[in-house]
Amino acid sequence: MNAEWRWDFAIEILPQMLLATLNTILAAGIGYAIAAIVGLLFLLGQRTPIKIVNIINREIVEFIRSTPLLIQLFFVYFVLPQFGITLSAWVCGMITIGLHFGTYLSEVYRGALEGVPKTQWEACRALNFSTFYTYRKIVLPQAFPIAIPGMGNYLVGIFKDTPLLSTIGVAELFHAATAVGGYHYRYLEPYTIVGLIFLMLSIPAAIWIRKIEKNVNLAQGKIKKEQL
Amino acid sequence: MSYFAFLTEHGPTMLLGTVTTIKVLICATILYVIISLIFGLMRLSKNPIIQGTATVYIEFFRGTSLLVQLFWFYYVLPFFGLTLEAFTAGVVAIGMNFGAYGAEIVRGGVLAVPKGQWEGAFALNFTPAKRMRKIIIPQIFPIILPPAANLTVELLKATALVALVTVVDLTFEAKQINSITWLSAQCFGTALLIYYIISRFFLVPFLRWLEVLAARKVGKEIK
Repeated sequence: MNAEWRWDFAIEILPQMLLATLNTILAAGIGYAIAAIVGLLFLLGQRTPIKIVNIINREIVEFIRSTPLLIQLFFVYFVLPQFGITLSAWVCGMITIGLHFGTYLSEVYRGALEGVPKTQWEACRALNFSTFYTYRKIVLPQAFPIAIPGMGNYLVGIFKDTPLLSTIGVAELFHAATAVGGYHYRYLEPYTIVGLIFLMLSIPAAIWIRKIEKNVNLAQGKIKKEQL
Repeated sequence: MSYFAFLTEHGPTMLLGTVTTIKVLICATILYVIISLIFGLMRLSKNPIIQGTATVYIEFFRGTSLLVQLFWFYYVLPFFGLTLEAFTAGVVAIGMNFGAYGAEIVRGGVLAVPKGQWEGAFALNFTPAKRMRKIIIPQIFPIILPPAANLTVELLKATALVALVTVVDLTFEAKQINSITWLSAQCFGTALLIYYIISRFFLVPFLRWLEVLAARKVGKEIK
């Protein structure tokens, strides 16, 4: 084993890695879409006026949030077949990521809804708006900008957690790197390339989110132009 | 096989794994706290080299996935002649990764100390070092502890990843038992429960206690 970085090898495996990157991005995208919807469901569970639903909902969220995604993946992947439900690794991975990050996103949504000043609600009540109309026209348009930074952070978060999918055999970037590394018995280049690809994707994303966050804060008057 | 029989047979193994998980948790937490404090303060330095180093470090570790870092430490570093034991590689990777996140919390905490405190220390002619050590740092703890507590719970969950570089922790044992018995629901379910119990009944109350302690130190009371 030598520590020399071999450019020819790195270039040889690069197309394969880039192709697998598409899978990673796809997985992150689907996982995020599911998480966004699951988050809404948890939010609903939390806001229903039925007490028992609230309690059960909170316990489920608490449980999912405080246990590792890795074991949840194993659980879904290995346990469901015991009950006669056989799903592909892709589907299992997407469900688990959706559930796991759905709990986080429900918190983001909750924070955003609570970030809308109470006076807005009171004004709508005074104007005799229906609850639905209040949500649609007054509350949600104001809550959404507050939720954007948090939602963006979890998009990057999901993206960074997709390598875990390789443990159940989803053929994403990290899985490809391990396979290539095992085949040539050279791990230096594949894993380094994976790291670089992640950096090249997540740093621009983070910068972009920070920019949106600033714009949102500016638009809401939380910070002033001079403070930037 | 009933769940009780499963527990009597495999429970002790899982508990052994749990001990390793807790060891990783404690070591990685100590490492990440030290790294966050150092890099968080470096990030605020006026010296562009020091600040630049910290920024590169933080962006690098936050930008790549923990799993990639972990594998890099364990499988790639030996190419450079630095062979880490699996446990060490796990602790170092987790500590350095979470240190990067923690550094941002520390930075935010220092910036959140009221300006009057800085001005007061300045008016009393404290040296910058003394101002930091005696005035600013003691006040950041109540500010940084709540987000740091969240991060520590995340860290507990992240310790599961060390199983993938062959550290024999709870996750590793669960996987092992699963491959012997194929009682997936029992072994992964038990593992999930153990993580939940550690987090909910030990880690979170402990961190909460620290928060109250820190708040009391600066004369604040939290419910």
